[in-house]
Amino acid sequence: MLKEENKIFKNLYNEQGWELENALKRDDWLDTKKIIEKGRDWIINEIKASELRGRGGAGFSTGLKWSFAPKKVGSRPHYLVINADESEPGTCKDRDILRFEPQKLIEGCLIASYAVNAKVCYVYIRGEYIKEGKRLQEAIDEAYSKNLIGKNACNSGWDLDIYIHYGAGAYICGEETALLESLEGNKGQPRLKPPFPALVGLYGCPTIVNNVETIAVVPTILRRGAKWFASMGRPKNTGTKIFCISGNVNAPCNVEEEMGIPLKELIEKHAGGVIGGWKNLQAVIPGGSSMPMVPKDICETLRMDFDSLVEVKSGLGTAGVVVINKDEDIVKCMARIARFYKHESCGQCTPCREGAGWMWRILERTAKGEATHKDIDLLSDVTKQIEGHTICAFGEGSAWPVQGLLRHFRKEIDKRCFSEPTIKKKRKIPYLIDQHKLESKDA
Amino acid sequence: MSIKKIHDNQPDKFEFTKANLELADKILKKYPSDQKKSAVMPLLYLAQNQNENWIPLAAMKYIGKFLSMPYINVYEIATFYSMYNLAPVGKYFIQVCTTSPCALRGANKLVDICKEKISKNQNELSQNKLCSWTEVECLGACINAPMMQVNEDYYEDLDETNTKKILNSFLEDKPLKPGSYRNRKNSAPEKNQILTNGHKNA
Repeated sequence: MLKEENKIFKNLYNEQGWELENALKRDDWLDTKKIIEKGRDWIINEIKASELRGRGGAGFSTGLKWSFAPKKVGSRPHYLVINADESEPGTCKDRDILRFEPQKLIEGCLIASYAVNAKVCYVYIRGEYIKEGKRLQEAIDEAYSKNLIGKNACNSGWDLDIYIHYGAGAYICGEETALLESLEGNKGQPRLKPPFPALVGLYGCPTIVNNVETIAVVPTILRRGAKWFASMGRPKNTGTKIFCISGNVNAPCNVEEEMGIPLKELIEKHAGGVIGGWKNLQAVIPGGSSMPMVPKDICETLRMDFDSLVEVKSGLGTAGVVVINKDEDIVKCMARIARFYKHESCGQCTPCREGAGWMWRILERTAKGEATHKDIDLLSDVTKQIEGHTICAFGEGSAWPVQGLLRHFRKEIDKRCFSEPTIKKKRKIPYLIDQHKLESKDA
Repeated sequence: MSIKKIHDNQPDKFEFTKANLELADKILKKYPSDQKKSAVMPLLYLAQNQNENWIPLAAMKYIGKFLSMPYINVYEIATFYSMYNLAPVGKYFIQVCTTSPCALRGANKLVDICKEKISKNQNELSQNKLCSWTEVECLGACINAPMMQVNEDYYEDLDETNTKKILNSFLEDKPLKPGSYRNRKNSAPEKNQILTNGHKNA
């Protein structure tokens, strides 16, 4: 278990107060000037040495991302954009950082902006978090009034302005290029990469996009040293992480823990255990709804970090742990997730726009026991058709969980397929004719 | 992609109030002077607030002119994002989260209660015209499931009894306080809580 002194977010439940004066007691803004005086290269190298990986889902090395920003500002200004469009089902960690640890985020913004040569920072908050946005604005105003940000922030000689921009209820805007499109005043539809935002981002200028949690841990890492951060967890998966444990557990909660903590310990010690006991566990979605679920037998020994979860063909994602016990219908649960993706697909790429709806309809049929065995093969085929054929990772995000279900619960699903196929005989149907009409004739 | 219907009865005219014009100018200052288009989302939100929580077509035209961008682009934005209401909603606009983590905690019961108390279908006004409800996707408070958002506020950790109480309070125009309805501190774990098999909050 993580020692109290090693926790980065000491006010995760707002027991000490979020205001600037209380934040100062928790060592926020301590020697920020000295950190900045050590220079860009030192900051980036220190973050690289800490092996901090992005907390937004993809787990890309933060130091490396920063180093992609051009070293000198050319004709175009640089931007830092904070991704607070937290919409992944099962995840609500950024909300608590915005509400209760806003100064950590603001200090992180200053250091990161300096490291990537940005003088303007936008925080893109999801539209539903109106209260959280207002809270952050209050904290920003407090920081301005103490000259922690603004002109010559912290007497470091660096100028920084932070602006909040609200989204309006589109999950896809959590994808970094869709977020930039949305910030520019367009529909939130992802862009093709490359060029990557680090070179051509917001308004065509070099832009670094980071998750809230990633930026909020930066000041503490630099203050306590990369070695301290890297000493927790295991190589390539270092540090601490906020886990959100929801679903069928006795005490759902957010908790900061060391990377690589066993899943069983996380659920039993922090979330009060599965409802009905560990033996009543059916499956766990380990990293927000986009990550494939893992069944109970794998959960026994599973460790929660990026690489361990990839080994079991899942992923850490945003560390939103959704626990599903045996009282639930796993197919119905998955059908609901598929409905989410059907609703949230931005409609730019055909495989995702159409495929998400297909997956949802087939899963609904399966849940009702109206599917045929062939439907399940079709479902598996559709997931393969979506995966890798879309501009952004939404395609994978919607297809992988269904693949996870098919991988681990195929037997369960097959048991539900009572219906006979509509067309029994194999017919040679020429490819380019209206197949709908043929089917109805034979039905 | 959300499917949206434009309201049949549209007002002819829309203009920002003086206070909102000042706010709009403030918003414009956040973005580079040659990128006024960026302000379209906050301005739509402002228009929605001014016009009883929905955006008429006249407001889209007005904002288009205000930001010197084509009307169709504003229309595109307003129809793409799900939080812009293009038809009137109740003074208390109730959004029930029904995505998986909430569904596991019994969010479907919240939906049933809304159907019973407010209106049979989503996006219809209640009899006294004060409330309307809709199902939405994840609102990002999964730890406090099941939950619903009413205008700006989150009502968390609900069950059947207090959902009924809360909805009644809106119907009577005396809203109850937002926050957790199980007296827990934000997203902290509740100690020593053991629930029985098959337990769901709602």
